[in-house]
Amino acid sequence: MAGIEKYLRQSALPHIWCPGCGNGILLAAILRAIDKLGLDQKKTVVVSGIGCSSRASGYMNFNTVHTAHGRALTFATGIKLAKPELNVIVLTGDGDSTAIGGNHFIHAARRNVDLTTVIFNNNIYGMTGGQYSPLTPMDAKATTAPFGHIERSFDIAALAIAAGATYVARGTAFHAQLLTDLVVKGIENKGFSVIDAITQCPISYGRKNKMGSAADMLAWQRDKAVMVQAVSKMKPEDLEGKFVIGELYRSVAPEYTAEYDKLIARVSKKGGK
Amino acid sequence: MALDITQKYCKGCGICVAFCPKKILALDEKGKIYVTDPNKCIACGQCELRCPDFAIKLVKPGKGDSNG
Repeated sequence: MAGIEKYLRQSALPHIWCPGCGNGILLAAILRAIDKLGLDQKKTVVVSGIGCSSRASGYMNFNTVHTAHGRALTFATGIKLAKPELNVIVLTGDGDSTAIGGNHFIHAARRNVDLTTVIFNNNIYGMTGGQYSPLTPMDAKATTAPFGHIERSFDIAALAIAAGATYVARGTAFHAQLLTDLVVKGIENKGFSVIDAITQCPISYGRKNKMGSAADMLAWQRDKAVMVQAVSKMKPEDLEGKFVIGELYRSVAPEYTAEYDKLIARVSKKGGK
Repeated sequence: MALDITQKYCKGCGICVAFCPKKILALDEKGKIYVTDPNKCIACGQCELRCPDFAIKLVKPGKGDSNG
């Protein structure tokens, strides 16, 4: 944790996450990204929703807001609109962002608000007892899917791209250094950035699905992840059961708070008419 | 000693033990991490990188506390 201690509220540690939970690895990777960019702690706001992932904001020595379930992006949009000069980072979980917060997610992407959203994707609602989320894979087990899950899961990246996000990437807790680089690029992007961060929940998800220890689950991430640069050289059958990591998408589109400022300037010139 | 370990943060998950390339990390009788042979540490930082609990800090040899 060299160099990132100043970004942690030491008095709040040790954190509440279970032994082996990957959320702490993601948090460290995000803090390294903030350190690399040298963001001013006083001009950086971290907004989180509800769930295991969203506890992260409480450990971070910035201006932080721990909001209502699924609503992190709404608070973050308001903060960014009020003070566009702030760096606003949103930390959320797969359930928080794509179930109860699903609508906010697609519309924040559509508006291309200059926010960086890191989705702690552990495939489950860990905090409330292991219920399935929209990211629980088909056939996986959850307390609310004891015989196997019959629904397909979202592809967060495809969802974000279709909705209008201008930077979309995927990383894992195992590939923590890559994740730092992806978060750096996400923060640098002037628009809505989404980083799907795959993490392990050894207690609520791993046990139910016989995935072994936390280290085994990290090894699973290592073995199933394919770097985006390697995909073009692979046959479709080789990608079966794998997932792609790295920078997946980048585009340029009008940014919401900049457009809003332009509108204010235009209307003000006309004397408000 | 290249690793600065905060045992009170350690939850004994064993991730660092599994990924240490030199196999010199172990859990003590309380389930907390310790270095079995500090001389063999190559300061690769794999343990620090994947410790979920902020319990391990890599201290670069000769530079003292890498946090400055």
